[in-house]
Amino acid sequence: MDKFEPKIITFACNWCTSAGADLAGTSRMEYLPNSINIRVMCSSRVDPQHILWAFRKGADGVFLGGCHPGDCHYIDGNYKTLRRIKMLQKLIQDFGIEPDRLRLEWVSAAEGKKFVEVINEFTEHVRKLGPLNIPADLSSHEAS
Amino acid sequence: MNMKRTGVFVCHCGINIAGTVDVKKVAAEAAAQDSVAVAEDYIYMCSDPGQKKIQEAIREHNLESVVVACCSPTLHETTFRNACKAAGINPFQCEIANIREQCSWVHKDKAEATKKAIKITKSIVEKAKRNESLVPLSVPVTKKALVIGGGIAGIQAALDIANGGHPVILVEKNPSIGGHMIQLSETYPTLDCSQCIMTPKMVEVSKHPNIRLMTYSEVKEISGYVGNFKVKILKKPTYVDPGVCTLCDDCTDICPVVVENDFDLGLTGRKAIYIPFPQAIPATYTLDDVNCPGLLPIACGKCADVCKPGAINYDMKPEIVEEEIGAVIVATGYDLYDMYNMAEYGFGKIPDVVNGLQFERLLSASGPTMGEVLRPSDHKVPKEIVFIQCSGSRDPELHNAYCSKICCMYTAKHAMLYKHKVHDGQPYIFYIDIRSGGKNYEEFVQRATEEDDVIYLRGKVSRVFQDNGVIKVWGVDTLTGKNIEIDADMVVLAMAMRPAVGVQDVLKILKIATDKDGFLAEAHPKLRPLESVTAGMYLAGASQAPKDIPEAVAQASGAASKVLALFSADELMHEPIVATVDEDVCSACKLCIPLCPYNARIYDVEKDIVIVNEILCEGCGSCVAACPSSASQQRNFTDDQIFAMVDTILEGE
Ligand code: FES
Repeated sequence: MDKFEPKIITFACNWCTSAGADLAGTSRMEYLPNSINIRVMCSSRVDPQHILWAFRKGADGVFLGGCHPGDCHYIDGNYKTLRRIKMLQKLIQDFGIEPDRLRLEWVSAAEGKKFVEVINEFTEHVRKLGPLNIPADLSSHEAS
Repeated sequence: MNMKRTGVFVCHCGINIAGTVDVKKVAAEAAAQDSVAVAEDYIYMCSDPGQKKIQEAIREHNLESVVVACCSPTLHETTFRNACKAAGINPFQCEIANIREQCSWVHKDKAEATKKAIKITKSIVEKAKRNESLVPLSVPVTKKALVIGGGIAGIQAALDIANGGHPVILVEKNPSIGGHMIQLSETYPTLDCSQCIMTPKMVEVSKHPNIRLMTYSEVKEISGYVGNFKVKILKKPTYVDPGVCTLCDDCTDICPVVVENDFDLGLTGRKAIYIPFPQAIPATYTLDDVNCPGLLPIACGKCADVCKPGAINYDMKPEIVEEEIGAVIVATGYDLYDMYNMAEYGFGKIPDVVNGLQFERLLSASGPTMGEVLRPSDHKVPKEIVFIQCSGSRDPELHNAYCSKICCMYTAKHAMLYKHKVHDGQPYIFYIDIRSGGKNYEEFVQRATEEDDVIYLRGKVSRVFQDNGVIKVWGVDTLTGKNIEIDADMVVLAMAMRPAVGVQDVLKILKIATDKDGFLAEAHPKLRPLESVTAGMYLAGASQAPKDIPEAVAQASGAASKVLALFSADELMHEPIVATVDEDVCSACKLCIPLCPYNARIYDVEKDIVIVNEILCEGCGSCVAACPSSASQQRNFTDDQIFAMVDTILEGE
């Protein structure tokens, strides 16, 4: 059987993580192609709904990248993100989704290398977890 | 869903993209999306012909939005948005699909990279399809600046802005401006007298028609946003009317209270009513009500009795001054790391262990010893003197991890000036490295060793203690590997620079972020060193990081020029990607209000909903994500857009 290729959605904040991902590109670093970035202005724009939606629509993993504590362009958006993600990691367990399918990392604009490392590591981790099988009743429910 | 007519333009970027991504295939796949009216590829989209191609397509196909699949939006988003604008479509209808930095440059397998580039491009098409046309918000600018801190940086910034023709309020917490620079004896590398170069600037401030000087004052409250701040400044009572005071000094003569004189760092005393130093600006006395036995004349009242012109008024009250300003420069400066943290160097126990600023006072012609180097304990001339650099700096375990930057230079100066005054004395300097980068700095250090016989010992001092009246300094010379013991008459610690004492309170009011050491955080460590993260607030001097006088002056002038640039326009443009509220859906749960770091969320009592002040909103979206009813959205980052992007990325195998 072919190797399982997980589908990963990455939400990257404009000021740090997306810039860090750009730096990885400028430095011609290579990483696994499974994850695709959605750029938001701040990690705190990411609503738990977006993450649940991604899982429901077939993502095997969701990755969030924000600025390091104290570095958020909007002062403390990343702290809000941290709290939301911690809560959501507990919540998704009740839906039968392993909490480690959702990952939050701080990646600064200078950390192209870190972006590569965490994306590779997360991709392999999700690959090990295997495809996400959400109970049918959950996945068929239309979110508003 | 409306069928907005979108054009997709895929850039080859030479082979930068086309080398790993099949650009024709990306264009073809994009063309299959329902809203896409045209999809083309071209070797360099950012070139003039490339931009023309987009503009022609806009006209020919009547496009309403444009997606350019190319490099990072940080590089050419503005280019393409301007091109779109010139061709008649709203710039916010133009979006970038980043298929270079985030795709072609990080993947080698062409099939994989192409597949990913297609998904990225299609997801951005879905976003663009739902974009609103936006107009940047414009706000008027109040062309008046607030400068906080009256040291050399604050003074320079205030003078530059005032000379640029705009009013400035200069707020200083102490009774006089001048900061630490006015305490210094002579300055490296030229050895010119600090007071001689500082006092003319202080006088200029006090005489400048555009400067309102508020000493003995503190910023208590600030609200608003760039171009439109409102500030409340507390003016503490000095109990002396400077207009009436004739500087006769009778009041200090009679005052019975003696306390430590901060200006001389405790080397001398001062009275409860005092003038900080002879050249103080404003030139007047201050009655320090913490140490005065009682403002009730019944308790003392001696100073008022002797004041012939009747300048002393015990009934003076604190005053709150409200001002509207457009920009703030924070120049709150530094203080030395508290020597009580350095028990290993005997400070507090040994009177003849002093810090660098105290030594400056001892060297100063206007200092407690009139410039004679006399040690504090017995007023004898020290013949063997040890300077310890990096006291409290470069010591991540016990003290501060950073380098205080100016100590190498001022210690060389101290040793040199000491030698100029005590010809038969011997200065020793313990150092880790000598950091003498700067114009004529290295030459200055060389001069200290060659002409003034300063002995440099490379190594750390482990202990300083007193034994039979002599100060024992134990250390190692790491170059020879030998232990060193010096019997010193006096020890001078080049203490680390720290953010000014009490500055945290001001920063909390200003909502300015600090770095791990408490220095002000700049908006970008390399490209925006003069700005804070808050728009309209700028940084100058040692409040941002340890720096010496020329650097502080340069940064202050830089910050002032930022302010002048801001004031050169009558209106400011503000990013319109702000939060919105659907008035019919908002239930006024008010969850969003405390989440907003900019106070942009306001409860509207009449409508019973929470609204957004679009000018204050910086567009982070954290309130939007918290809105339980999705009544709130962020312009061009709506939930629908994000859902659609997720869908597009996940569709297919
Ligand atoms: S801007 Fe990066 S996390 Fe807020």
